[in-house]
Order: sequence, then C-alpha cells, then structure tokens
Amino acid sequence: MTGRNEQWRIDLRAKIKAKERTNTIRVKMPELDPVYRGKVRDEEVNLGLTAELAMQEAQRCLDCAKPTCMEGCPVSISIPDFIKRIEVGEFLEAAKVLKRTSALPAVCGRVCPQERQCEAHCIHLKMKKEPVAIGHLERFVADYERESGQISVPEVQPPNGIKIAVVGSGPAGLSFAGDMVKMGYEVHVFEALHEIGGVLKYGIPEFRLPNDVVDVEIDNLRAMGVKFFKNTIIGKTITIKELEEADFKGIFVASGAGLPRFMNIKGENLVGIMSSNEYLTRVNLMDAASDDSDTPVYKGKKVAVIGGGNTAMDSIRTALRLGAEKAMIVYRRTEKEMPARAEEVKHAKEEGIEFLMLHNPIEYIGDEFGRVTHMVLQAMELGEPDASGRRSPIPIEGKTRTVEVDEVIVSIGVSPNPLIAQSTPQLETTKWGTLVVNQETMQSSSMPKVFAGGDIVRGGATVILAMGDGRRAAKSMDEWIRGKS
Amino acid sequence: MNKILSKEYFSEKVVKFVVEAPQIAKARRAGHFVMVRVGKKGERIPLTIADADVERGTITLVVQRTGVSSSKLCALELGDYITDLVGPLGQATRVENFGTVVCACGGVGTAPMLPIVTAMKKAGNKVITVLAARTKDLVILEEQMRENSDEIIVMTDDGSYGTKGLVTDGLETVLKREKVDLCMTIGPAIMMKFVSLLTKKYNVPTIASLNTIMVDGTGMCGACRVTVGGKTKFVCVDGPEFDAHQVDFDEMLMRLGGYREQEREAMERSSSKS
Repeated sequence: MTGRNEQWRIDLRAKIKAKERTNTIRVKMPELDPVYRGKVRDEEVNLGLTAELAMQEAQRCLDCAKPTCMEGCPVSISIPDFIKRIEVGEFLEAAKVLKRTSALPAVCGRVCPQERQCEAHCIHLKMKKEPVAIGHLERFVADYERESGQISVPEVQPPNGIKIAVVGSGPAGLSFAGDMVKMGYEVHVFEALHEIGGVLKYGIPEFRLPNDVVDVEIDNLRAMGVKFFKNTIIGKTITIKELEEADFKGIFVASGAGLPRFMNIKGENLVGIMSSNEYLTRVNLMDAASDDSDTPVYKGKKVAVIGGGNTAMDSIRTALRLGAEKAMIVYRRTEKEMPARAEEVKHAKEEGIEFLMLHNPIEYIGDEFGRVTHMVLQAMELGEPDASGRRSPIPIEGKTRTVEVDEVIVSIGVSPNPLIAQSTPQLETTKWGTLVVNQETMQSSSMPKVFAGGDIVRGGATVILAMGDGRRAAKSMDEWIRGKS
Repeated sequence: MNKILSKEYFSEKVVKFVVEAPQIAKARRAGHFVMVRVGKKGERIPLTIADADVERGTITLVVQRTGVSSSKLCALELGDYITDLVGPLGQATRVENFGTVVCACGGVGTAPMLPIVTAMKKAGNKVITVLAARTKDLVILEEQMRENSDEIIVMTDDGSYGTKGLVTDGLETVLKREKVDLCMTIGPAIMMKFVSLLTKKYNVPTIASLNTIMVDGTGMCGACRVTVGGKTKFVCVDGPEFDAHQVDFDEMLMRLGGYREQEREAMERSSSKS
C-alpha cells in the first residue's frame, strides 16, 4: 500500500516534469559556522531545513513506481509517501507515515548513513545527479512535528495481555518496543543505566543528536504504552530465567556493545588514556564538562583519538569543544578506508581536526605521575585486501615517530556486553561473545523464547541496523508467539 | 529511587545505611557491589554491598566520606531516597572450605569484608579476622566480626585500642604462628599492596577486592582497568576480586590518583557553596 495511485499523487506527479525535478540542484543542509561550533558543546552542527527548502527538495523526488530507495532502508520507511506529503505541505501527515515504521525518525534523520542506504539507491544517481536528500527530509518532518507541539501517537492495537521483555533501551530495543506495543503486546523495557536511550544518550554527542530530541521519541513510546525500568541489569538484577518465570512470553536482548577494546600495548593504562566509551559517557551521559556535574573529565590540550569510525569522530570533535588546542585522528589505514560517515569526516575537517593517516600507536610514554605525555607511532603502508575487503595496513620497518599528547582516546571498537551470556549459560554465543541468532528471524539458536539484535548480535554496527534488527525481531516474535497459541 | 530505611554513624566519617532494594537483596552474593548516584548531576560511584536482608528486601551500604560524591550520599537522611542504585555487580566471592582463612581489612574495607567473613565461616573455614584502623574511634563492626570469626585481632596505628601497629603486623603474627590456606584482603590500595607483599613472602594465596574508579560499572567504559598477571582486566566485570600477587598495585595507585586535581577543585567548589 504505497498510496501512489491516489488521485492527489497522480496529479502531483503530473504537475512538474520529471526532467525538471531531476535538474533541480540538491538542497544544502544549513550548518553552524565551523569556528563558532568548535567552541560550543551543546549546539547542533546541522541546523535543519526550513519548510521552503524541504518543499523544494521534496519536488526532486520522482515518486517512482518502484521506489528503490526503500530497498536501502533497514526499517522500510515508505519514503516517497512521506516525501510527497512534504511537497504538498502536509508535514504532520508526513510525520505519521514515518512513524508507521520507525520509532525514532528524528534520530534516524540525524545519524543514519543515508549515503550508503536509501540515498545510495535513489534513481537520480542513475542519471548522474545527486540523490534526493532523504535523510534531511526525514529530519525536517520529525523536527517539524516535535516543534509544532502536535505530536501524534501512532495507533495501537487493543492489549492482548501478553508480556514481552526488552533488554536494553538503545536503538534496537526502542525500535522493537515500538513495533510490539503497536501490535498490542505489554512491553517492559529494562535499562542498566540511569537514563533511557542507550548509545543515543551515552554515546552520540549533543552537537550531533541532542538528548531532548531522543527524549521526545522515548516519551512517544511511553504514550503508546511501553513501560521503562531504569537501573535494572538483566543477567544481574534479574536473570533471564526469572523473566521467564515472571511470565514474559518473549525476551528481546538488545544489550549492546559492552566492552571497549584496547590494543594491549605498553603504557596503555597510563592516566589520560581511555576508551571512547568512557570519554563520551562522561561528557554525554554524566555531563562532566559542566561545572555543576560531580563527574570529572580531562580537558586535554593535545588530544589524539585512535581509530577512524563515527565514534572516533564524535570523540575528537568533543575534545575540540572541551578546549583542545591540537586535536588529531590517528588511523592505521588511509582516509578512504575509514568507516566514519563522509559527513562526520567533512565536519571534523572543517573544525580543524588533524588527520594523521597510516600511523598506529605502539607505545605510550608517561611522566613521574603516570600521566601520558607522548605516544610512539608506527608508520604503516597498505598491503593486500583483508577479510573486510579493505587493504590491510602493514608496518614500515623502523619508521616511527613520537608525538606529544596529554590525552588519548582509544576508539578501535567494542566487544559485546558479557553480562547476559555469563548469567545464561544455555544461550549460544560465538567465540567473539555475540549471541547466535537466525539472521532472518533474530531468534536465538538455543533458547526459542529469546530473540536478539543490534550490537549484541553484530558486535558493532550502526543505529539504523540495530533498529532494523528490532523491527525484524518484533515481526518474527509476534509470528512465533501467535503460532504457538 | 531507593528509600533509606536506617542511618547509623560508625564514626564521624563512616555511615551505615540500610536501603530498600528488594531485587538486589535477592540477587546479591558476598563480594558483589552496586553503583550509586545522588542527585541529577551526581556521579556514579561503586560501593560494595556490606549485607542484605532478603525478607525485608534491603541491602546495607557502608560509606566513608572522602570526596564530593560520598559526602552527598552521607548527607542523606532516614526517609530520603538515593537517586539511582543499580546492581548487584561484579563476580561474587569464591566461597568454599579452604581450611584456615585470614581476612585482613582496614578502614572502609571492613564493611565489605563482613559478608565474606560470614560466608567463609559458614562454609566451614577457620576464620581469623585482622581488623585495622587508624585510631580507636574508627574501629567498626568489631562485634559482628567477632561473632563470625574464630579469632579477631584488632590493630590501631596509634595503639589507642587493640594492638599498636598496621594490619600487616597483625597478619604476620598469624602467618608466623600457623598454616594459613587463604588470605582475603580489602582496604585502601596501599594497604592491600603491602598485605600482598607480605603473604607472597609466606607463600599464602591471597585475594584482594579492588576499588577502582568506575563510570558505568557494567563493563562499558574501562575506567576501572587494572593489570593482573600482565593482562588488562576490568574490575567491574572480571573482578572486583583478583589474585593479589598478580595485581600491579603501583599502576592501580597511579590510576586512582588520576582525577585528584579535578576532585580537589570539586571539593573546593562544593564547600564554597555551602
């Protein structure tokens, strides 16, 4: 049901020639000035489209008979459906379309790698034109609805009385909870931390995703009937077995990426060296950079972040905002292989972040107080492609350099949270500690009542892939539960 | 939000709270800890669970006032609520019949040692507790320790009570006197370092319960990392108890001091406000 055959859509398509639509230049996201934004911690870099810009961009969409963009969306948003409503100025209706499939449109519009998903499948690319700015439009609609104060609550089926537990309130858990509550289930979400939102709260900084925006989406889930329980660690406070005994008919484990990885090199435990998880949690979740927060944080002057992913970019850009005079990314391959989104890299560069490519730390040196003062970097070159398809970095014998630093943030990835697996021995895990599930249904291979998704299954992925897992798990858990009765 | 059901001063700086936390009370074992946060801008700090009552649904926490966060917690009164309390965390103490177990504790390490003493005794061990404090007024839980130990040796730095000397002096008397199968130690890092050095000399296996800086307490941040046997371990998920002879205490002491400057500034800020 795309609604594409409704009369207003047919008329709208006829109003402007396809050629004219494709020839319109793609809208540019208005941004804060790079020099200004490098000094403020809480202001969002992307300012969002105005209604005029959004309607103009919406015109570029051809309302294709076979919208390939939707194939690129892990949560299958009805993309032309919401974009055409923007074109005619029905922004609140567009918001309803988004919320049919996505529990977090304002989040997705900000942090999804659209350039690799929906926008990568846009018909415009075939005509050597820039794709429709689907991500910007999604954000516009979600923001418009939130700011209008007329937030619609999606329709929910009458309660079916079946209790479902969700472990973790990050993107996978929230997306799953949204779908299940719509189907009439009684959804209980358990969160280990003192805030709901998982990585959206502790990980992604305010300048990219304001906590207020996340809270509005969580409030909407609450309005739909989802129950949230903070400070509750499944596997510790309550076990999976106890959940089963408490009559939860299905359990969705979305406990995320638990353990930060370190390189296990000399001096890595010196004071001033920490994981990106620690650094970002202090600043984002604990608000450590504010004077009235009891949590401390280092405000390094010469900061290096090790790694090339989105989390690395978030960390170094945070360090800049906390007053770093020299802020650099150290990455062992080249910019081409960096997993970070193009937009994050672009923003980081505009803000004056240095990129030291083809280098890898091999040792840290500290002073008499145990504080890091220098890092020793090994120069690298690229060899043959490895299992990930990227050319693997190889050390250049004897070529090292020593760089002065007073803070180092290690952002080389995470391992899955071990708490559930440790306390639930019958759950099958891989040697990396991720839970083994059926890739289609997200159902555990060893405990049929348990489904899982997000980083606990993937080991480290994106917000939107986690949300996609949540959606698939909700669909298959519902089928599994109904099939049993 | 967890309600404080009782508050008792062990000394001017050491407070005992009984807190409503039925789920934690049920799930906890000796050696577990909780993360505690007071106020909207509060810090998350780890505290070992000193005791629990499953029937009443309560846990006991013993807090020593040292910095901003512990002071905020100690300032809470009967009937107040702790903003956030989560747990139980960490690996429980391995309790079995080892034979003779010496439990060497000092300062604020005394409270978390009590459930271990109790559990070890219950498992059939001969338990000798060495309880150390700077001075007589800071000696806490002596009666409870005595009830659950075969022998108790109280040490004070200034000799105002018990025997004059450090925890290591009391411990060495025992080590010289009889065969000890296991030593458990909880206290300030520097104390545990010297306990460990001593028991190593006597070749007595020793477990230390480490109290490092933590942020989330669930394995997510790595602030609590220590080197044990040359490998980096996370105190929150791998610990808090480790083979003391393998722990790099010097590194741990260095890391504990990592935020000293910020802590001092915070103390000044909070005292200038009040």
